[in-house]
Amino acid sequence: MQEIPLTHILFVSTALFFIGMYGLFTRRNLITMLMSIELMLNSVNINFVAFNKYLFPDNLDGLFFTLFIITIAAAEAAVAIAIIINLYRSHQSIDVEDATEMKY
Amino acid sequence: MNISSILFYAIAALILGAGVLAVTSVKIFRAAIWLLFSLIGIAALYFWMQVEFIAAIQIVVYVGGIVVLIIFSIFLTQNSGKEMNSPAVGKKIFSALAALFGMAFVANLIAHYEGFTYPSSKPFNPNVAEIGTQMLSTTSHGFILPFEVVSMLLLAAMVGCIVIAMRPKNDAENISLHHNETN
Repeated sequence: MQEIPLTHILFVSTALFFIGMYGLFTRRNLITMLMSIELMLNSVNINFVAFNKYLFPDNLDGLFFTLFIITIAAAEAAVAIAIIINLYRSHQSIDVEDATEMKY
Repeated sequence: MNISSILFYAIAALILGAGVLAVTSVKIFRAAIWLLFSLIGIAALYFWMQVEFIAAIQIVVYVGGIVVLIIFSIFLTQNSGKEMNSPAVGKKIFSALAALFGMAFVANLIAHYEGFTYPSSKPFNPNVAEIGTQMLSTTSHGFILPFEVVSMLLLAAMVGCIVIAMRPKNDAENISLHHNETN
């Protein structure tokens, strides 16, 4: 168990965060952008749990941060999907390039 | 190289491979399924780190809740077999360069950071009773205030979702009128 150093877990979460960032840059569809945001939130959760396990095994604070982040991510996904459905009803499309009324 | 580290690298490969496919797949339904596999891989990583409670929450909330919600919204708004427009090549290249540069920068910082002070190898196995007691405790290390705030947030999100996604009233009446006429 201790053969894997903490830094390797941090490398995995860093790579996952930047994969999510790449998705956020290239995707133009609201649902896939939401999926990229979920990947980024999950990479943060991995960091919290790994730091708690390796550096502060006496406390549980990292686990609580993870639990609250998961809760807030669930609320955020639900609100985002309600907005997406409403946007689809008014624009017949969920592409961000088609919703430019407030751009200028 | 024992079985535990082999398992870690296999889980890491699953997470990153499924994540890359989730952000590059041109069919939106396939992207959602790859996201599902990536989230399952993260739950497996939590199991590997022996925090079974977080792993169970990850599976229940993300795999059972959010991905199903995303798939439903894909069915409601998209022609799911259709291929999405691929972004322009220049945009792809510059996004990949930005992501790779950021990744290299942060990985470099992590690899050269020496300040982690590992405590004497004490086992970390929190049980659920401890988590529950500390979450609802009102002492200085308790999490009762964020717990209450997040419950208010969930209530607000629930009401907000219903209000946002509800069809406007006159719109609904028009549709029901139309429906009656066709009958």
